[in-house]
Amino acid sequence: MIYLIRWLIGKLRRRATSPAEPLGAVPGRDEPAVHARGERFVTRRKAAASDANRDAPALSALGLGKRFGDRVAFDDVSFEIGHGEVFGFLGPNGAGKTTTVRTLGTLIAPTSGSATVAGIPLTPDNGVEIRRRISIMPESPGLYLRLSVAENLGCFADLYEAADPGDRVDRALRAVNLADRASDACGSLSKGLRQRVALARALLSDPQVLFLDEPTSGLDPVATRDVHELIAELRRSGVTIFLTTHRLEEAERLCDRVAILNTTLRTIGRPAELRDRLFAKTLTVRTLIPLPEPGRVFADLPAVDGWRQDGARDYVVAVSDPSLAAPAVTRALVQAGADVLSIGESHHSLEDVYLELVNEDEEARRR
Amino acid sequence: MSVSRRRVRAIFRKELREYRRNRTIVTGMAILPVLFLIQPLVAVLSLGASASGGLAHEHELLYLLAIPALVSGTLASYSVVGERQQGTLEPVLGTPIRREEFLLGKALASFVPSVAISYAVYAFFLALVEIFARPGVASALLRGSDLLAQLVFTPLLAGWSIWVGIAISTRSSEIRVAQQLGVLANLPSVVVTSLIAFNVIHATLVVALGGAVVLLVLNRLGWRITSAMFDRERLITGTR
Repeated sequence: MIYLIRWLIGKLRRRATSPAEPLGAVPGRDEPAVHARGERFVTRRKAAASDANRDAPALSALGLGKRFGDRVAFDDVSFEIGHGEVFGFLGPNGAGKTTTVRTLGTLIAPTSGSATVAGIPLTPDNGVEIRRRISIMPESPGLYLRLSVAENLGCFADLYEAADPGDRVDRALRAVNLADRASDACGSLSKGLRQRVALARALLSDPQVLFLDEPTSGLDPVATRDVHELIAELRRSGVTIFLTTHRLEEAERLCDRVAILNTTLRTIGRPAELRDRLFAKTLTVRTLIPLPEPGRVFADLPAVDGWRQDGARDYVVAVSDPSLAAPAVTRALVQAGADVLSIGESHHSLEDVYLELVNEDEEARRR
Repeated sequence: MSVSRRRVRAIFRKELREYRRNRTIVTGMAILPVLFLIQPLVAVLSLGASASGGLAHEHELLYLLAIPALVSGTLASYSVVGERQQGTLEPVLGTPIRREEFLLGKALASFVPSVAISYAVYAFFLALVEIFARPGVASALLRGSDLLAQLVFTPLLAGWSIWVGIAISTRSSEIRVAQQLGVLANLPSVVVTSLIAFNVIHATLVVALGGAVVLLVLNRLGWRITSAMFDRERLITGTR
């Protein structure tokens, strides 16, 4: 009660002495940076930040962990993410992805390890300062359904103390192609459109680090493509993006690096590196009729590390350098009188990597 | 720690917009005052002119103090758990908002409408009494000291009910449970004001001053305790 009266008196005094709004003076914060698609998102603040902290990671974690009583949500997670990097965070349901995002977003406190977010150590005292520099788009849009799209975003623009909130809201809506739905009640929007409003909300704060938890969940292919384009645009403008997703092709397409979490961090690296790390390079050979003695064809070739038959007329040949081995294998096959239908390098997707690691974990658990 | 008025205002405005468009809340805000208006109104309007002497020892008007206690308590008990059930709490708490700003915004959004409704109901009650009650009854009922008490105790009671309501709301996982507990927790205030209204507790200046001081202390304590109880992690994860 006393605080309410004080607040009201303070408000009246402030009105009487200064009509100008003195709020929102966030140190180092410059002009808003949410632009319509196709415009640049670069701000002076970001440029200055990237000049000053070019070598410092935008996001780092060292042995980070979170327990809820006896239950381990995630444990011993370590990584560093550079400025402007799109970092994919993958893992099965219950792996601890969302808890990690919430921990880095200062919504919950870690129980072990340390981290820096947007260059600021993750401590209870730094919560407000960290949240000024980041934005989180949770898996569920979490919109006020009785309020219009513009009212939802306007509220959040004020919570971020954005300069010129009306303009900021307009640009965020244009960025997600929702300018024409500004006055619609959020409750009247489809799931996909709500997701886009949530994305617009995440852009309001001009974040240095943007956490996107399943941003394309429930979106149609066109809207998904739009979100992908927006992520690419944000990346070009120097925003660091921490993307959790179940869509592995999305991670492969958008992310510079990915990490696979299954309570502990199973692997981290560029998608191509992970494939190389997990799977031997192979050539797949198909012939018209089965080779009578495939061992004699493949075994003596110096470029070949091993081989196996995969079906009646298919052979998988392990090699260390496919570009050198392919001509040698082709020559050997022709010399052996084989009718070669096809020969090519085997490709493993990120999905193969993911499934391999997750299956390993499941098998280990069963044992 | 500095409180950002803009963030407090953002929560306050958002809450008022939501109230306006939420039929359940609007109905709740309308029903309680009407219920508490009917009994004293019927009692007063049915009194004959000879009853005015007896009224000198009663404070019928103070019975209406139940309105700020219950309306604000009901609104406040919805405030946090309502957001939690809608799934809107996580995005809000992910902004730079401090818990004090969040709670002040919520408290103001319960305080302003409930105090405004209470004063409007008093004015309505007084107007009806002035117009329809017997002249002696009206003058016996509308005493300056009672009106002053009404004006002073309305925000104090509303404030206390709000902190109790918000405290319950931060620890509840269901709106209905929170609102029922909110009403239950504010019943003592209603009982005390009713006892004063019907002269079971004698209303004196000392009682009034003592009551005001107690409510001021309770308001301050309520703010502190509610702030301490507000735990982002618990609200987001439902654990701890």
